[in-house]
Amino acid sequence: MHSHDHHPHDHTASADKSDAPPSYYEIMETAVRELLIEKKLITAGEIRRQIEVLDSRTPALGAKIVARAWVDPEFRACLLANGRTACEEFGITFYDDTQLIVLENTDKIHNLIVCTLCSCYPRPVLGLPPDWYKAKPYRSRAVKEPRNVLAEFGTAIPEDVEIRVSDSTAMVRYLVLPQRPVGTEDFTEEQLAALVTRDAMIGVIKVNLPNEITV
Amino acid sequence: MSSISKDTSAISTLGLRVVKATGEEPTFKAGDSVKVLIRYPVGHYRVPTFVRGKRGTVEMLIKPQGINNEEEGFGRNAGLKGHYYRVAIPMTELWPDYTGSAHDGLRIEIFETWLERI
Repeated sequence: MHSHDHHPHDHTASADKSDAPPSYYEIMETAVRELLIEKKLITAGEIRRQIEVLDSRTPALGAKIVARAWVDPEFRACLLANGRTACEEFGITFYDDTQLIVLENTDKIHNLIVCTLCSCYPRPVLGLPPDWYKAKPYRSRAVKEPRNVLAEFGTAIPEDVEIRVSDSTAMVRYLVLPQRPVGTEDFTEEQLAALVTRDAMIGVIKVNLPNEITV
Repeated sequence: MSSISKDTSAISTLGLRVVKATGEEPTFKAGDSVKVLIRYPVGHYRVPTFVRGKRGTVEMLIKPQGINNEEEGFGRNAGLKGHYYRVAIPMTELWPDYTGSAHDGLRIEIFETWLERI
């Protein structure tokens, strides 16, 4: 182990990362990146540009899509028919070959998304996935005991509601269209969008009104 | 697994016969019962081990066609594409000791070469 293990104070996760020696995969990433640049296959500027692309994608985009689908039945139908083209009409570009299937939660069906193999995620509409989404406990348990996983997120799904876990493995990405909460009939589209969180679009929680959030 | 012998010619709306290439038409359609093959190729492929050998139902054909990851991993693809299907597999099929509702299920996209008709 390394000498800094003996430091008496706690490191925050991010401080730890910069102090610790790079991991095997970090070294491999650096080596491959430097080789690609050295061989002039890509440039450092292109890498920076792609980071900028990803940084511009946040759950706020997905929330706007969901809110529009709630208020506009025609858009909702387009979104469910082809998630990618519906988002593109909104100006959300897809910078890769992935398709987007939007999964609608109903009184009878609750959808949950996972990538058991790695970290496939609807990045064009939600940005980077949370760390737990990429970690093995979530990836393995979401497909094996989804009801327990949901319960740990505080989400109780009745027995008579079917749980559908979509495992994103190759060319398709998924976005959950949560149910519009009861009591939001008078909300504007903007107010609705403010209720929609990243976790609700992954399917680990429902969309709640602010005063319904349980601790 | 392919459907080589199937006659895929069709009369186009122009009134002339058009013969389609092997693999151009999807082998399966929504509602078909399928089984995920058990095989262990070397390299990059996108079929998790926990679904291999499991039975399910084709829910939909995914459009457009996609690249076969298994071939692509070796740079052998030459731009050829094939069909992916969204396959529904009951949780009770995946996990005999599944404790949730019997209606719970998995949905996963599987490339045509990994499916057999049952």
